[in-house]
Amino acid sequence: MRGATRILARVAAALLIVVGTSAFSAAAEGEGAAHETAAAAPPTPIAGQKSGALSGGTADHSKFKALEGPFADGSEVTKACLTCHTEAGKHVMKSIHWTWDYTNPKTGQKLGKKNVINNFCTNAKGNEGMCAQCHAGYGWKDDTFDFKDETKIDCLVCHDRTATYYKLPNSHGHDACGVMFEGKEPIDFAKVAQHVGLPGRENCGGCHFNGGGGDGVKHGDLDSSLLKAPKTLDVHMSPDGANFACTQCHVSDKHMIAGSRYDMVAKDEKGLPKPGERRDVASCESCHGAKPHPKASLIGLQLDTHAERIACQTCHIPKMARGGVGTMTDWDWATAGRMIDGKGYAEENYTQGDGKERHTYWTIKGSFKWGENLTPTYKWFDGRMLYTTADAKIDDAKLPVAINSVMGSPDEKNARIWPFKEMHTNVPWDPKNKTLVFNHLWGKDDTAFWGNFDIVKSVAAGMKLENRPFSGEVGFLPTVSNWPITHMVAPKGDAVKCAECHTEKSRLAGLPGIWMPGHSTFRWLDILGYLAFAGTLAGILIHTLARIFMRKPTTGEH
Amino acid sequence: MSDATLTAPVGRPTKQTVMIYTRYERFWHWSQAVLIFVLAMSGFGLHGTHGLVPFGLAVKVHSFAAIALIVLWIFTTFWHFTTGQWRQYLPKLSGLPAVIRFYAWGILTGAPHPYTKTLKRKQNALQSLAYLSFMVIIGPALWSSGIVYLTYPWWAHAAIGTIGLPAVAFIHTAAAFLMVTFVMIHVYMTTTGKTPTHYVKTMITGYDTIELTAAEAAYLAEEEREKPRL
Repeated sequence: MRGATRILARVAAALLIVVGTSAFSAAAEGEGAAHETAAAAPPTPIAGQKSGALSGGTADHSKFKALEGPFADGSEVTKACLTCHTEAGKHVMKSIHWTWDYTNPKTGQKLGKKNVINNFCTNAKGNEGMCAQCHAGYGWKDDTFDFKDETKIDCLVCHDRTATYYKLPNSHGHDACGVMFEGKEPIDFAKVAQHVGLPGRENCGGCHFNGGGGDGVKHGDLDSSLLKAPKTLDVHMSPDGANFACTQCHVSDKHMIAGSRYDMVAKDEKGLPKPGERRDVASCESCHGAKPHPKASLIGLQLDTHAERIACQTCHIPKMARGGVGTMTDWDWATAGRMIDGKGYAEENYTQGDGKERHTYWTIKGSFKWGENLTPTYKWFDGRMLYTTADAKIDDAKLPVAINSVMGSPDEKNARIWPFKEMHTNVPWDPKNKTLVFNHLWGKDDTAFWGNFDIVKSVAAGMKLENRPFSGEVGFLPTVSNWPITHMVAPKGDAVKCAECHTEKSRLAGLPGIWMPGHSTFRWLDILGYLAFAGTLAGILIHTLARIFMRKPTTGEH
Repeated sequence: MSDATLTAPVGRPTKQTVMIYTRYERFWHWSQAVLIFVLAMSGFGLHGTHGLVPFGLAVKVHSFAAIALIVLWIFTTFWHFTTGQWRQYLPKLSGLPAVIRFYAWGILTGAPHPYTKTLKRKQNALQSLAYLSFMVIIGPALWSSGIVYLTYPWWAHAAIGTIGLPAVAFIHTAAAFLMVTFVMIHVYMTTTGKTPTHYVKTMITGYDTIELTAAEAAYLAEEEREKPRL
């Protein structure tokens, strides 16, 4: 109901009905799926998804003795998996899906969910009981989690092909939140174990579509509309198009998956691999080549030249969030914690394209703004992202503060113009120490924000957990984060038209180092030129009039 | 060789309608006119002056018209040197003031044009200066910068971090403004003949009525007789 304000019982009740659109619980962070009920049609996996060279398979897992079950929990299934896939555990343990820890080789920054502070729910650290639902493991709720225990790996979340598997928070939250997921069908672990396969969009999407706390919240180019996308939304993933699983492009080797946002290739000049060679990158060029436009065509030649400076995504993803699912553009933590009659509440004043209503206010999180069919923001990007980490001393003279700065300049040969979704959030920070803060949101204690709604207490707890200095004061800092846009590739006919950039009001207006006919001009040359044109015209007019009014028969030339 | 070639025929000059602009010259002139018009329209569309042509179409039209014009100019340069007609562009500066005075004032008062078109000298002093600047300044500035612009795909990579592209664009745009100004004056000047359309007709048919010396008349008559009948 657009414009309506709905009071949703208590926060506890709000959380109670959190059930993912997919079978997975990643949506449980709260937002998007909050109003789906468990009564939805029984989930079915999308058939026929292509996973590149790995497609097919030679084993029927339902015939394996080890998978007959019964299994008490997921961890027992993992033990069974490891009896055949003897090395898989070691491989997974090196992947970022397990470590949540990543040191960027280009910048040396320590990243990964274990370390970063973002401008959605700000920090997974200290809130693992909730956030680590999207960790590819079982039971990470605090620092005691054993990252060396292979049996704690969650194979099923990625490999379940029944679409019945889901995850629960690893710990109870505040008493008010402890009743989440009650009433869900219990998982038939044997059935799931016998029906494993290559990951489909449902698997990856369970977490990656729901980043930031709900369907489509975070990325702008990843949401549940990609499960059964029409071809106009995504030529690659659409069942009417190529029906790619994520892993068709995000190829993996020993469970190391290519194409992490933490280490991007902004310009892939290698293009297609040599025949028989394999390239472990998720770039467009690794399939389409570095010169993909029609050969022997003038426009094709020009477009290939554009690729020198313009990322494929810039033209081929004309708008973000096109599938009927909104993406969040603004979030204000400063308004979180409001009560009506001592109770938390939510407002839903945004109806997205598919008809679903989205929170515009929620006591536990604050106020939100949403957008769909958004034009991305364009920036020069060389593949490096510089994060404002918890260690950074923040210069709040220039607002908003970039949570991640997109690095790259027109003078760098490996930089190209990329599309980004900008997320603007007022995040809690320490205005005295001038640092971002860890906020303790989730927990069954008297400091967790979700339940106690005392931000000074929750930040103090979060900072203490991290052994970081905290002044005792919490302010709210305007920040912006940049999310590279690379999915939702439109059919070629829907690519951004020439004139959307080659015009005065260009999509790329304001970018440094661009010279584009139709957009860029030399001001004084234009003034002189048009003056010459007008002056000549005026001269001709005056001369003509003079000839007419003063005319005596001229002899002209002989 | 007959004796007739040794001594010029004597007699009074006669007025005759003779071909001034050969078939190739007219072909060159009009196809160039069309191409320049097309290039100006598409080019200033690309520049953002007007929005009459969709950008992608304008790119195609502008590029192919440019290639056509380059080919035309290659042929025409060849023609100019093989026929010696390039000498028509050598300006006679001493004649300039009189011609300028005529267009500024004389034309208004009905004074006679100070220049007489002859079979050998088609252009007056101002014309040859104007066409010379067209042929050696505006034209080359346009086509040389245009060729560099057109071949951007092959030097784009090397141009990263340089002012190469805007520099080329600057020259091309500046020359284009000059070209448009030139064409406007040129077109207006065609209306200054005996009648407003006289010069245009001449450029279409190739024929004009001019005064011939007896020798020229005899030469042309001989030429006419000798021409193979097709």
